[in-house]
Amino acid sequence: MSEIVPGADHPIPHDHADDVELYHPHSWITKYVFSQDAKVIGIQYSLTAMAIGLVALVLSWLMRLQLGFPSTFSFIDPPSYYQFITMHGMIMVVYLLTALFLGGFGNYLIPLMVGARDMVFPYANMLSYWIYLLAVLVLVASFFAPGGPTGAGWTLYPPQAILSGTPGGQGWGIILMLVSLALFIIGFTMGGLNYVVTVLQARTRGMTLMRMPLTVWGIFTATVMALLAFPALFVGAVMMLFDRLLGTSFFMPALVEMGQQLRYGGGSPILFQHLFWFFGHPEVYIVALPAFGIVSDLISTHARRNIFGYRMMVWAIVGIGALSFIVWAHHMYVSGMHPWFGFFFATTTLIIAVPTAIKVYNWLLTLWRGDIHLTVPMLFTLAFIVTFLNGGLTGLFLGNVVVDVPLSDTMFVVAHFHMVMGVAPIMVIFGGIYHWYPKVTGRMMNDAMGKIHFWVTFLGAYLIFFPMHYLGLLGVPRRYHEIGPTSFVPDSAETLNAFISVVALVVGAAQMLFLFNLAWSLRRGREAGPNPWNATTLEWQTPQTPPGHGNWGKETPPVYRWAYAYGVPGAARDFIPQNEPPATAAGDGGSG
Amino acid sequence: MAVALILVLVAVGSVAFHLWSPWWSTPIASNWGYIDDTINLTFWITGFVFVVILLFMAYCVLRFRTRPGNRAHYEPENKRLEWWLTGITAIGVAAMLAPGLVVWNQFITVPRDATEIEVVGQQWRWSYRLPGQDGRLGRSDVRHVSAENPLGVDPTDPQGQDDIILDGEDLRLPIDRPVRVLLRGIDVLHNFYVPEFRAKMDMIPGSITYFWFTPTRTGTFEALCAELCGVGHAAMRGRVVVQTQAEYQAWLVGQRTFAELGAAARRAQASAPPPERDRYEEASR
Repeated sequence: MSEIVPGADHPIPHDHADDVELYHPHSWITKYVFSQDAKVIGIQYSLTAMAIGLVALVLSWLMRLQLGFPSTFSFIDPPSYYQFITMHGMIMVVYLLTALFLGGFGNYLIPLMVGARDMVFPYANMLSYWIYLLAVLVLVASFFAPGGPTGAGWTLYPPQAILSGTPGGQGWGIILMLVSLALFIIGFTMGGLNYVVTVLQARTRGMTLMRMPLTVWGIFTATVMALLAFPALFVGAVMMLFDRLLGTSFFMPALVEMGQQLRYGGGSPILFQHLFWFFGHPEVYIVALPAFGIVSDLISTHARRNIFGYRMMVWAIVGIGALSFIVWAHHMYVSGMHPWFGFFFATTTLIIAVPTAIKVYNWLLTLWRGDIHLTVPMLFTLAFIVTFLNGGLTGLFLGNVVVDVPLSDTMFVVAHFHMVMGVAPIMVIFGGIYHWYPKVTGRMMNDAMGKIHFWVTFLGAYLIFFPMHYLGLLGVPRRYHEIGPTSFVPDSAETLNAFISVVALVVGAAQMLFLFNLAWSLRRGREAGPNPWNATTLEWQTPQTPPGHGNWGKETPPVYRWAYAYGVPGAARDFIPQNEPPATAAGDGGSG
Repeated sequence: MAVALILVLVAVGSVAFHLWSPWWSTPIASNWGYIDDTINLTFWITGFVFVVILLFMAYCVLRFRTRPGNRAHYEPENKRLEWWLTGITAIGVAAMLAPGLVVWNQFITVPRDATEIEVVGQQWRWSYRLPGQDGRLGRSDVRHVSAENPLGVDPTDPQGQDDIILDGEDLRLPIDRPVRVLLRGIDVLHNFYVPEFRAKMDMIPGSITYFWFTPTRTGTFEALCAELCGVGHAAMRGRVVVQTQAEYQAWLVGQRTFAELGAAARRAQASAPPPERDRYEEASR
């Protein structure tokens, strides 16, 4: 068989890498605030993302209160409802999910997992975080700006995004949103180049690309995609700013607003949609691929079994990443673009289902004949498979152009994307945090609290989003602050909406338990030791826990095998760390 | 045990909900039954996959849960199995895609005998235009939009003079006659959406988009806006009345043309002008 099998271990020449080139902090400020250590930057990214995520959580409560109990709450009117959904969507997709997976997990894990001392450009890495923080602050500022934040929907479609019929369209809201996005992209580019170059250039001896943990493959591929996709959003944001502030007409045709002829003319609203979705669809996978990678590592570690079909998993990640650049217009089947595009984009979209399905099969086949430990990370992994499978399958409805026609712009779409790129990746984030928390802090998170948090979150999220599909099938449109008396909507739909809202409140509240657990375990959690899960990957083999500056002490670890040597026949333990030298020529491994 | 049981319950509960919940597509009122068939086919295939995978997962969790002395089976790859699964998935995907593309081809191929009508969206109401005696709609441009000419019909185009303007009224359609619905937006994006017809499409200011369908059931249907268009989005409602051929013709005879409306508007302007919406409603009565 191939090199990934331990039988093919080969010796690695020693190579002393002195750590002189690292920048060492001299004060508390440079160590914990303006830090150039990727681990600290990763934690800063994660905490900031979670903080802004809490804002998005509260916004989701507010919109669910409105949908479940329309015209009960006087402080929620249509403009504020649109502001809530817009800010909720944008925060979750960009400022929480993208930032947490790439900036948070990426920064913390890439150098440790590939055996590097740090990111290759630590100073740019530090700047990346501070620009991200600035982007978040600009976004938050729009809540306090005159007229409030934009209510254009997270897709920000012109012309309405910059006209007076939309909250924030003629005020500060849309300007701050576009500026914040531009800043986010600038900050991300600094971090993203770091992740890519670190993976390509700073791997330790023996860490071939095909020995890298799938977490690194997922984050690496997602970062490459983000570097290619975000510029489309960047130019879209800048062009819309020009339309709004300088009176250009990139996206603005001649139009009459409220009986008034405006000065615009000749632009194309659909051009913005192409730019937006050329970013927006890869964005789905920018969030999904790190989740795929992390789940692969969690499932393998906690099922004590090698990931099944590693090479297929790598090629599936790369293939999905490439394909995701030629499917964007499946978000635009009813946008009025040329109808022939439907044939092409439906075909490419459904083709992407094949590598995605392979990944699901391989996760299941990793469970099969495993030695499954139902730890909290493993539970979240199982929940990820359920919700991702559910959301992926409903994607086959929406991707199949003609099926999309009745369903697009309904609650079916809302349910689908929440399941597949909301709930599923967040399950992975939780699983990942419970998994790596012991490495970051040296202590385990509380198990009982973790399990309560898991069951409420998983079952609650499923109860929220599974029935929601059927509201969309019925024909309830999305982005309605209330459906009101409508001939085809039965009264029972109101009851379902109220039920969904109550569950959403409960699931949101359960996240407070998670936050409490994060803080509580910092002091009170059980001592974890260096490798509490008996994992093979390098981050668990550091000389110190939490790892010190430079990660590895005097010498970076040499790597002798792939990351999934679990349950190797004949080995003393049921795992062999990547950096453990082969015992004898014949003793370790045998044939796979 | 508990985890496996809950996974089974999720699978069984989802199927039960699908079969017995009261929320389902509205009864269809157009020729697009094929779309419904494709949706149902997709439900069958994806539902089957969902249940099988969840049950397999439950089985694994039950059967391979850790026990003392147990060790996982070490098997990095199994090319045969992986190619088999890939092949079966590809077949399943093709089984959904092929009928989908066939129906899409029908969806974008407008029959030659379809009547053209126009739906115009603006914040936050619908207006309609029907071709007059000549069977053709006159040219239009947003630059012609004014209080007297809310849809911006080109006053110099002779084909537009006999067009029938319905502003603040229901759209009426004869049953069993294919219609090509031309969509025009005056300010922002909108989307003319009647759930019973299944078809919908955005309207884009600066362009004309379309979809076609054949009404197959008489009755009154509610139209909604399905593309976010500002704070009044949820209130942008309209009605489509599908009538028998005879009823429709009787109604059509009483309608006034663009030219007649223009004359009426000019007369009204000479006296005190009421708000334009009321004026058109009076004119149409």
